Amino acid sequence: MSDHQVEGVPEYTYTPDKAPPAETSEQLRARIPGWGVDLDPADRPQVPRERRDLDLPGVRWRFPERQPELQPRERSIEHGTLPPVYGTAQPLHGLSGTIRRLAYRRYSEARAAHWLLLMAADRVEARGAVLRSLATLRPDDPVTETGIVAELEHHGWRSRIGRGRADAGHHALDPLVVGGSWALGGAATFVVLRRAARARRR
Amino acid sequence: MKAMVYRGPYRVRVEEKARPRIEHPNDAIVRVTRAAICGSDLHLYHGMMPDTRVGHTFGHEFVGIVDEVGPSVQELTVGDKVMVPFNVFCGSCYFCTRGLYSNCHNVNPNATAVGGIYGYSHTAGGYDGGQAEYVRVPFADVGPSLVPDWLDDEDAVLMTDALATGYFGAQLGDIRELDTVVVLGAGPVGLFAAKSAWLMGAGRVIVIDHLDDRLEKARTFAHAETYNFVEHRDIVVLLKRITDHLGADVVIDAVGAEADGNLLMHVTSAKLKLQGGSPVALNWAIDGVRKGGTVSVVGAYGPLFSAVKFGDALNKGLTINMNQTPAKRQWPRLLEHVRAGHLKPNDVVTHRFPLEEIGEAYHAFSAKLDGIIKPIIVVDGAA
Repeated sequence: MSDHQVEGVPEYTYTPDKAPPAETSEQLRARIPGWGVDLDPADRPQVPRERRDLDLPGVRWRFPERQPELQPRERSIEHGTLPPVYGTAQPLHGLSGTIRRLAYRRYSEARAAHWLLLMAADRVEARGAVLRSLATLRPDDPVTETGIVAELEHHGWRSRIGRGRADAGHHALDPLVVGGSWALGGAATFVVLRRAARARRR
Repeated sequence: MKAMVYRGPYRVRVEEKARPRIEHPNDAIVRVTRAAICGSDLHLYHGMMPDTRVGHTFGHEFVGIVDEVGPSVQELTVGDKVMVPFNVFCGSCYFCTRGLYSNCHNVNPNATAVGGIYGYSHTAGGYDGGQAEYVRVPFADVGPSLVPDWLDDEDAVLMTDALATGYFGAQLGDIRELDTVVVLGAGPVGLFAAKSAWLMGAGRVIVIDHLDDRLEKARTFAHAETYNFVEHRDIVVLLKRITDHLGADVVIDAVGAEADGNLLMHVTSAKLKLQGGSPVALNWAIDGVRKGGTVSVVGAYGPLFSAVKFGDALNKGLTINMNQTPAKRQWPRLLEHVRAGHLKPNDVVTHRFPLEEIGEAYHAFSAKLDGIIKPIIVVDGAA
């Protein structure tokens, strides 16, 4: 116990000083490659956070030329205008497109309804895509698309069992996320059809 | 062309898609040679990011060869080998002119809170990504840079996000000499953040995860002290014990939306999608850092609300720094570090998959099989 320490009180927790470091700067510099080369904040590219002196020589415009809007593009109502450049992948279509259009037109990003509608549209679209694929030469294949064979090729059992992983338990829920709604939907369809068949027989 | 496409939660496949075309005078089309799957791609794969459309091609970490340029492009020519930062940005808006490239206001109609990101849903602008043979690169004079002759292709891929984000995360910690820095998550970003913390003069770097392979990597690659949170009843109490009950000076959240450690939080966010992300790591950061300390957040979260403990953050007087990384802003200094040997990015690459095996690649990475840390996608016919 040092001279200034009070009995029963840890030396460095409730007193002015932190414990001395286990290693000095010189020791760390000798042990860790590059230790301290960015110690001076002036050497850190993010300091200060906002800088006006960064060099982007390719910028030759105050406002970029606008990308042609070949079809109406949905946008957040928090934007004052359509930004000049945007992605054109997967334009809105079908029922999911209607839901997404509603989410964008009516609700700002601040509203949970905006995001929940978009999530709902994602699910509607994914299920519709599976059903539509059945009418194509390449229907959805849950084996290749889920990559489940990786369990065999990359030691699924050995990677989890006895490893003390925190995530191993909830991996069992993944098949429910992928197939649970289909199972529920199938069961509901079966019940409805069976009732219809019984009613017809009567 | 061949491209990875999303078919729904936990389902992806390779399809023939139309080759992207020039849609703006400053566009380029890049023939991809190497791409990577990022931990944040798993949020899309698991269906957590709103407005992730069927048919979307993921991939915001990629390098390749310029195949075509728009009429106003002056900085690149066909045949150039380029690395493309994960941010799409204009360089001229209020935010870009202040160095906030990841917050560009001119590239994402779908959300004002998010900039443009390749292959990261319509919430990030609706740009198809680089897990494909070709990709459209807007603002070709602004974002991409030539890959230096001396730089390995896989190192270049990691410059586009994982390495830049780890380095950025350490900077957001405002690390001072001999600070104690805790990094939550030993994935690629966490490993690079831990390694970068030493460059900024940390006195002690502690990495927390639950995957032994990754903790081993944190010890050997990042010279870190490591703890497996599964082996401790309460990781926050452990953090206090090993820091004289004060807490760490800096805690970096390099986990994000699918954090484990609390089953209820994980299931309500990652499985039921009732939160924008599991706040477990962020709450550990808030509770594990010392009063007046700094929390750096570079783990990705969705736009919906999460159950974050802001009361503790307020009462402790914390500084919480966060952003998506303006990757290109990091490059000049990062290239110096890579060239000097202070950082060796592709040391974290553990697996390489051909594009055709994209389903297996996503599953293996999602389920963390075989000690996977960073998977690279090798595109067929790559030069």
